[in-house]
Amino acid sequence: MLSFILRRIVATLPVMAIVALFVFSLLYIAPGDPAVVIAGDQASPEDVERIRQSLGLDRPFLIQFGGWVWRILHGDLGTSIFTNLPVSAMIGQRLGPTLSLMIVTLLLTIAVAVPLGVVAAWKAGSLIDRVIMGFAVFGFSLPVFVVGYMLAYIFALELEWLPVQGYTPLSSGFWPWLENLILPAIALGCVYIALVARITRAAMLEVLQQDYIRTAKAKGLGQGGILFIHALKNAAVPIVTVIGIGIALLIGGAVVTESVFAIPGLGRLTIDAILRRDYPVIQGIVLLFSFVYVLVNLMIDVIYTLVDPRIRY
Amino acid sequence: MALLEVDNLQTHFRTPGGINRAVDGVSFHVDEGETLAIVGESGCGKSVTSMSLMRLIPEPPGRIAGSIRFAGKDLLNLSDREMRAIRGNDISMIFQEPMTSLNPVLTVGRQIRETLMIHQGLDKQAAETHAIEMLTLVGIPEPKRRVREYPHQLSGGMRQRVMIAIALACNPKLLIADEPTTALDVTIQAQILKLMLDLKRRVGAAIILITHDLGVVAEIAERVMVMYAGRKVEEAPVAELFRSPRHPYTQGLLGAVPRLGSSLTGTARRLAEIPGQVPDLRKPISGCVFAGRCALATDLCRQYAPGLEEKGPRHIAACHYAAKGAVAA
Repeated sequence: MLSFILRRIVATLPVMAIVALFVFSLLYIAPGDPAVVIAGDQASPEDVERIRQSLGLDRPFLIQFGGWVWRILHGDLGTSIFTNLPVSAMIGQRLGPTLSLMIVTLLLTIAVAVPLGVVAAWKAGSLIDRVIMGFAVFGFSLPVFVVGYMLAYIFALELEWLPVQGYTPLSSGFWPWLENLILPAIALGCVYIALVARITRAAMLEVLQQDYIRTAKAKGLGQGGILFIHALKNAAVPIVTVIGIGIALLIGGAVVTESVFAIPGLGRLTIDAILRRDYPVIQGIVLLFSFVYVLVNLMIDVIYTLVDPRIRY
Repeated sequence: MALLEVDNLQTHFRTPGGINRAVDGVSFHVDEGETLAIVGESGCGKSVTSMSLMRLIPEPPGRIAGSIRFAGKDLLNLSDREMRAIRGNDISMIFQEPMTSLNPVLTVGRQIRETLMIHQGLDKQAAETHAIEMLTLVGIPEPKRRVREYPHQLSGGMRQRVMIAIALACNPKLLIADEPTTALDVTIQAQILKLMLDLKRRVGAAIILITHDLGVVAEIAERVMVMYAGRKVEEAPVAELFRSPRHPYTQGLLGAVPRLGSSLTGTARRLAEIPGQVPDLRKPISGCVFAGRCALATDLCRQYAPGLEEKGPRHIAACHYAAKGAVAA
């Protein structure tokens, strides 16, 4: 298992290299001279030339790229053009809220979507099934910000059960932390829950047709044991896969959700950086998200081997 | 004494093309410790009969009617909970496909333990010990290692042994074996049959053996029931049935068995086949169900269904001309 994980980490290196190359090229793909872009509108030609030299933009592309990668490997993501702060420090500050939002959304999704999908498959064709799948289509078709504003209006403004917006770090206590994340997590999780519930239902429907389910029934097992142990473990591979893929969905959705609920996370930082054309920050964030995604994929592969003993690498 | 008494069992399925009468008015009994074989070709309702006994038919689209009395209780009147307490405990089942009947993602040990923990109230430790004993009993070498393995690490024969271990773990009174050897190599078939017989003697269970393999029937059954198109057409002790089959269908089945070495002894004949096909069970059948394929069928057969009649000692058959048929054979 350990050698598999090591091999997989080595295998992700080329992927990360291509991502890094693409991220680095952002500056060059963007219209205009990078130095002019960085210097801003009011810069004099001398300023632009100074920036060009200080950033090494006059040197060949590959040498610049090499230097950039070298600095990243040493933990230096560069300096924000706008705030003059190190990019790594800016990301570090914003990581907590986003990570919290993602983890709460992920747990909420698994806790809600998987049981819903299982019940829908068990009662396939019944009213319960149709209601659950109806909600899934509904959840899928509503944009995050619509759900977000609706939830905030009902549960925060009208009922006053939960705060309207903002973020409290976990260090100030579990409930204050969680209460700020419930509505954003539901808003962000809607599409994700719909997706996972649908896949769970489809995977379960197929598994429930299998001979070993009949064996489990013939052994006198109860419905719960059949569904959640004998069937769900067999259906787990596609479910785990879609949960993993969905994390990409979360990364995109977090940007909008953080804006709606005024959460000072990476999503907000991303928007701010794009609006200010703060290229080093944009590069840092994109690189981080890609890295997280590659890591998630690695985790999915490891989870496969845990749920299905036939999968060995 | 009868352990199981099935009376007028009807298992029908609603299908888009009409009601499929997969089992239509079948009655039989099984005595304690007895081995009853149910034979017939594919689609004759023998598997549906066995699944009905366990109430494993999905309802709807299926519907089971009649009565199934097991040890004094009518299984069709039990609640789901009461029925679960019987499945795998008093009545257990071995299926045809050992390759797919075990759960691929759970260890062999867990799959044996489960039934012990549900029905016997054993804790995990005790169940594990018992599971290892069961694996030893069914002749699996290195049971302590095998108990932690997954089905894909075992051969087909080994998996069927595991299925038998699961089925017998709780000392059932009745074991239903649905074509237990069909999917196995011939050499393994003999081993599995022998194992079933040994264990049956040890546990004292009655067996319902569902098969289309008449060699297997001759080997282990005491009584045979022949099914055709969802009905029982003949029933007799095994020796009696092989000696003088009365129903033309049974005669056809026996004629369709190749005899090994017959070409050497000069007694080789062309392998007899039964012409035609099983009737569509979604359409009502008037007259004898076998009339359409029977060489002896007359207008009487096509109009009036024959009832089951005594044709010999403990021997019944549903044929207007059964006595004649026996002479002809």
